[in-house]
Amino acid sequence: MPRLATYVGLVDHAEQVLAESLRTVAEAQAKHPDIHFMCETLAKMSDAHREELAPVVERYGEDDASEPERLHAAGLGEARTGPLGLLRDLQDLHVLAHLVLSSWTVIRQGAQGLRDRELLEVAEASAAETRRQIAWLQTRMKVAAPQALIVSP
Amino acid sequence: MDRIADIWGAPTPHARGTVWPVRVDQHLHEGVAEADVEQWVQSACLLCSNGCGVDIAVKDGRMVGVRGRAGDVVNHGRLGPKGLYGSTPWASAPDRLTRPLVRDGDRLVETDWETAMGRVVQESKRLLDKAGPLTHAFYTSGQLFLEEYFALATIGKAGLGTPHMDGNTRLCTATAAAAMKESFGADGQPGSYTDIEHCDAIFLYGHNMAETQTVLWSRVLDRTRGDDPPRVVCVDPRRTPVAREAERTGGVHLAPKVGTNLALVNCLAREVFANGWVDEEWVAAHTLGREELWETVSSYDPERVAGICGVDADDLRRAARIFGESGAVLSTVLQGFYQSHQATASSVAVNNLHLLRGMIGRPGCGILQMNGQPTAQNNRECGADGDLPGFRNWDNPKHIDELARLWNVDPLTIPHWAPPTHAMEIFDHAEAGSIEWLWVSATNPAVSMPESGRIRRILAQESLFVVVQDLFLTETAQLADVVLPAAGWGEKTGTFTNVNRTVHLSEDAVRPPGEARSDLEIFLMYARAMGFTDKDGAPLAAWETPEEVFDAWREASRGRPVDYSGLTYAMLRGGSGIPWPVNESAPHGTDRLYADAQFPSDTEVCETYGHDLLTGAEVTEEEHRAMAPGGRAFLKGAEYSAPHEEPSDEYPLLYTTGRTAYQFHTRTKTGRARSLQKAAPAAWVELSVDDARQLGVAEGDVVRVESPRGSIEVPARVGEVMPGAVFAPFHYGSWEPEQGATAGAGPGQANELTMAVWDPVSKQPYFKTAACRVTKVRDGAGPSPAPTTTASRPAADAGTAGRRSVPQTAGGDATSSTLVDDPPRFPLDPAQDGDH
Repeated sequence: MPRLATYVGLVDHAEQVLAESLRTVAEAQAKHPDIHFMCETLAKMSDAHREELAPVVERYGEDDASEPERLHAAGLGEARTGPLGLLRDLQDLHVLAHLVLSSWTVIRQGAQGLRDRELLEVAEASAAETRRQIAWLQTRMKVAAPQALIVSP
Repeated sequence: MDRIADIWGAPTPHARGTVWPVRVDQHLHEGVAEADVEQWVQSACLLCSNGCGVDIAVKDGRMVGVRGRAGDVVNHGRLGPKGLYGSTPWASAPDRLTRPLVRDGDRLVETDWETAMGRVVQESKRLLDKAGPLTHAFYTSGQLFLEEYFALATIGKAGLGTPHMDGNTRLCTATAAAAMKESFGADGQPGSYTDIEHCDAIFLYGHNMAETQTVLWSRVLDRTRGDDPPRVVCVDPRRTPVAREAERTGGVHLAPKVGTNLALVNCLAREVFANGWVDEEWVAAHTLGREELWETVSSYDPERVAGICGVDADDLRRAARIFGESGAVLSTVLQGFYQSHQATASSVAVNNLHLLRGMIGRPGCGILQMNGQPTAQNNRECGADGDLPGFRNWDNPKHIDELARLWNVDPLTIPHWAPPTHAMEIFDHAEAGSIEWLWVSATNPAVSMPESGRIRRILAQESLFVVVQDLFLTETAQLADVVLPAAGWGEKTGTFTNVNRTVHLSEDAVRPPGEARSDLEIFLMYARAMGFTDKDGAPLAAWETPEEVFDAWREASRGRPVDYSGLTYAMLRGGSGIPWPVNESAPHGTDRLYADAQFPSDTEVCETYGHDLLTGAEVTEEEHRAMAPGGRAFLKGAEYSAPHEEPSDEYPLLYTTGRTAYQFHTRTKTGRARSLQKAAPAAWVELSVDDARQLGVAEGDVVRVESPRGSIEVPARVGEVMPGAVFAPFHYGSWEPEQGATAGAGPGQANELTMAVWDPVSKQPYFKTAACRVTKVRDGAGPSPAPTTTASRPAADAGTAGRRSVPQTAGGDATSSTLVDDPPRFPLDPAQDGDH
């Protein structure tokens, strides 16, 4: 199952990148308490997914992707500034979260094929929460967009 | 009778299922006898959300007192201390604003209306040309009339087309609305005050009703002191009069740590499931989400929750048993939940309990998601806050088309890409410079908003043009570019609606002073000057009288859950207030919603598709449709999470703010009423006996209370707040009688310390979860000014910390109370069903 192990490594890494990027935005947006606190809350969700996944990673072995530079997503690095910067940051997080979600979808398919109940449950529960992360990012972007695009100084 | 000393007045206990007796309370200004009163003018009280029917006494063109309306369904003649003493003196105060003011450098100078409105309009047009309507924002109130909100909503949404409009209702009532939308599909109070007469248990969640709605509390006391009384369960970190009544009636007082409400209510739900108290048949027929709710709450067993909340596990069990085994429970919820951590989720959790037991829609089985302010309800209905008129869903294009037809404008004019901007976000945009024009009406954000120091800096910003419309030169008005003098209650005509949907007409009794004009006139003056038109070029908001606006509103509400279509000014004159819906199927109004267990949850009907209660993420139309709610209510749960700011070594105590029975908001009216101002003249903080002892603080000593955002210096009351918590009343800004207000903070301004954080769903700021530290500044010269008759009473066991003897709060002017033996008929009262 080397390829599934690769994907388990991939989702683990993607969740880590998402959590780090959420924390980067949280830190940069201390002046926007809703974004600050919610990004922290969402980052904790990703942490928890990784914890749930840890026993599976142990079972399959930590087969790090053989071509990490082509499979792994880059994180946010540093947060942008200003209303437009915030909008772009939220969009980047949205893209990252979608990578996480589609990775869980792929893993779920593999887990079904292998009848691996533990992995199946982790994949389904994590994907459900990833959808919550995406829904919040979507909601927040919709609210922020007009002001940022039209009148922000 | 001194109603400062006796807040609730003479008791009139009665048995379960009988009509609440009638007692007419009256107060006239000193030197005015009843025979001197030339005219009594019909109105309703505007000094809390209860909405008591009242008549205004008029003599020589002045308001000189009030009396309760005997036949009103809300109060059966009674009035509370604020209503009695505070309703009228402000109107003839010497510092009323009588002329418009405009800024000239660092001064505000008197001018005429043409000049003042000219500046507002000129700036408005300049900004519209420069960058469009998103530069404009409105911050209004919970104290205007229905007609004024609907006019404002029309101007903002159909005239200018800005999404930036909210009210201070965001601070007081946004969570009530949000919780009902999440559970039932739309706003609208399920219960009625008449549920008090029929219940056998009353649960009050974060609701110190004894002080916030004193007349409603006297209605409760008349049950708890009568035959076959209900048991009271109180959830409150302070030992309030409600908490004491809970103990007296064999109920329970649960005092959870500040910020842990959701864990507590999840535990009650868990017990209802675990003990088989769920009405499974009803739940299956009328709700969605039972299994998911059980999954969420199943781990909240009493032992675990006792640890989270700092309460006794057996007390949790006892409270749950009272809920689970009572035949009829009334639940009420207020700021202890709405202004605290996980506000919407906790308030929804209360709705869940009622849905699980099918206790909704019949006498005694009510939910009252309360409001803080007298007309907050109308702001939610008419859409001058974060809502759209008629409980319409911004995310439903058909609802927007309906509004566009009503106003005869292009649907694209009405901003509906997201919910209207909430208050905290409006100030955020102003701070960032993208909102450059802000019109504040009938509210005082420089004192009442969280982190008030920041709010004042924003209001003072050069980049922000601020219009303030008020009765007085408030702390906020001091920072304005234009100040518009408004007519107040009794000086204008309009309607407003209380917590349990009861609509009252309030007639003008006297002329406003000087050049002051009604808020409605002022808004319409702006609309005319701006030349707003509909898509056929006809003037928009071309109303002349309040009744014309009301009739337009009736059409806007037709067919919606908040249906006023069958209600007229004529029906409201002379009799009692009337609860909506009033339409063809309910021509005389509706005492209680959901008697048929049909909820406004259908995708085409609902006010919102709902939210993730933890994150505030929106549920999409497709997701909502897939659930096929079809008139069923939602059972929605959420996990408890720790509050945003927890005590630390540096800030070891929890800081929480609240109200006292004798003052309202920032004291604009109550501070000008001698009896009330004397009862609670200045700010204080409450410390527990333990904390006071540890800090070396005795009753009346002056302490400094600091949070990461600011500090206050005030005398300490060694009182009955729970150990580890500090309570501060939020009424006190820089305004003092005779001296007026300044543009700075008052020494005891509670919001200097609060945090700008808010609930993810309702966007209501959390005034009750911050950390602070307390240090003693100096010995006190006497006891603190905190009242002794309320939750701020001195601790019984204060020991040396309470060594100063504290005089009892008393000294209110004379009032009268008359029992009416032959009471009028109360329309819709189920206790009178026999002769209906």
